[in-house]
Amino acid sequence: MASIDSTQEAVGLLKSYEKKGDILIVELEGELDHHFAGKARESLDRLLDDTSIRHLILNLKRLNFMDSSGIGVFIGRYKIIKNRGGEVCVTNMKPHVNKILELSGLYKILNPYDTVSQAVDGIRREVI
Amino acid sequence: MKIKNEMKLEFLSKSQNEAFARVAVAAFASQLDPTLEELADIKTAVSEAVTNAIIHGYDSSNEIVIINARLYDNCIDIEVIDYGKGIEDVELARQPLYTSKPELERSGMGFTVMETFMDKVEVSSAPGQGTKVRMIKYISIENTETERE
Repeated sequence: MASIDSTQEAVGLLKSYEKKGDILIVELEGELDHHFAGKARESLDRLLDDTSIRHLILNLKRLNFMDSSGIGVFIGRYKIIKNRGGEVCVTNMKPHVNKILELSGLYKILNPYDTVSQAVDGIRREVI
Repeated sequence: MKIKNEMKLEFLSKSQNEAFARVAVAAFASQLDPTLEELADIKTAVSEAVTNAIIHGYDSSNEIVIINARLYDNCIDIEVIDYGKGIEDVELARQPLYTSKPELERSGMGFTVMETFMDKVEVSSAPGQGTKVRMIKYISIENTETERE
């Protein structure tokens, strides 16, 4: 796994990423509020410029805080992936992050999994 | 009810201060021995109100946002105040999914989050004068007693 951005502010959010076939796995870190939402959006969209990516898995294990600004970021990336016929999964949610995702109805469009490998299996199963 | 403690914060309407504000209020609220969940609820609600003041209240990042917080025996009473543009239609602004700034990829869920995570949310606003969001969160006493034992 390589670090995406060496600038200090971006380090606060996108910890690492990995590509497995047509699946992009991104680990988010820190606090997803309005201040960091723009940077998260830019960094994710830069990775999604790679059009061979069809599915997105967001590992939220190290995401310690999220408010409604994060909902907008997730919906925006979902639209990109949906246009490619893929799916967006979230994994390892902390209770507070889970509460926001539940409240906002995001589980209607994002598929939750306990772990990244379960999400990968889930996507592969649907493809087959 | 008797006020146990009181504080006031004033800071510039810079987005960097969203984290500062929610952490500062959470640190103050921790005097009531809230559970981790209650603390997370307070942090999130404050983050939403402060973000609204910064994005919607003001166009510039050099204006002042004020937070007043009071602690009572079993609750925290928080006011987030800006002297910015104000809200024309408060009822509309409080609707889930309503946003005046869809181009910013805002979800329109800010007030819904505040209302869900806090026990009481009052919004007073006048166009051209600013907005005050007052939120109350009750802290479960049983929890604090268990923890103290």
